[in-house]
Amino acid sequence: MKFLKYLLIGAIFGITLAKAEIISWFRIYEMFRFQSFHMYGVIGSAIVLGILFIQVIKRTKMKSIDGEPIVINPKQMSIPRYLYGGIIFGLGWALTGACPGPMFILLGNGFGVILVVILSALLGTYVYGRLRNKLPH
Amino acid sequence: MQNVIEFISQPWPWYVAGPIISLIMFSLLLMGNSFGISANLRTMCSIIGAGKSCEFFDFNWKSQMWNLVFAGGLVIGGVIAHLYLSPGSEVALSEETIKELQAYGIENPGASLVPIELFSWESLFTLKGFVILVLGGFLIGFGTRYAGGCTSGHAISGLSDLQLPSLIAVIGFFIGGLFVTYLVLPYLLTL
Repeated sequence: MKFLKYLLIGAIFGITLAKAEIISWFRIYEMFRFQSFHMYGVIGSAIVLGILFIQVIKRTKMKSIDGEPIVINPKQMSIPRYLYGGIIFGLGWALTGACPGPMFILLGNGFGVILVVILSALLGTYVYGRLRNKLPH
Repeated sequence: MQNVIEFISQPWPWYVAGPIISLIMFSLLLMGNSFGISANLRTMCSIIGAGKSCEFFDFNWKSQMWNLVFAGGLVIGGVIAHLYLSPGSEVALSEETIKELQAYGIENPGASLVPIELFSWESLFTLKGFVILVLGGFLIGFGTRYAGGCTSGHAISGLSDLQLPSLIAVIGFFIGGLFVTYLVLPYLLTL
């Protein structure tokens, strides 16, 4: 039962990304061609409001529903890791028109072949795990 | 009720979707977790036994159970939107985008959520379909784990927390994305 809330939040997120067409390959293409404001509006407004939420959490030292302090761990600084990793993900994002969330939402929308993308992403994650010690981080 | 369903069945504008996304991030933080979807790929690798051959996957995946359930919710949300909230699935693309994609041989840009000719089982056995679905998926999995996050973890959560590493990652997303869109897709789509 304690997981039910995550199922609900996930479903709301799924409906939102589907109805705002964020799961559309076309919208991602359009975004990277700077031909529409839509995706920038979505991501931009999410970040602006997100900054506000996180400032409120930090300044009021807000606690989670379990009564624990909410801690947001700072990511360890590095350039190669985020830049190279980011570029590689960006290549895949523009090809498939989907990031990891939309892959699952598209599956729910009945595009069965997206399973191939998900399985390939699992393979990519596994190969990264194997090569991890040899890559610059 | 019928009116409500009709109302939410229209495409949602950015100023509705963006705030909902940050509310989702906020509620996950309130529940003591963090918003990041690509972590599920690592968890799934761990569940299917990747921890035996690689220590990166040797962790207590049960602690990530909530995130897997969240991903399950994504699939359900997709089903609900598809079955009950989508009278039509046209995407109102810009004129420029439609013309451009038609020139690349996409028949009806925006007629459905994704280009059907690319996202079909038949397409998988063509070079462009293989590159888009298999290579594209592989790069998503490899890149998100290398960068330690995807659009949700870096672009939304990380930038909301004003973290420099996330800004570098997002700049990377755009370098990769622009490269493919400007220099790869025009050739790949016309193959």
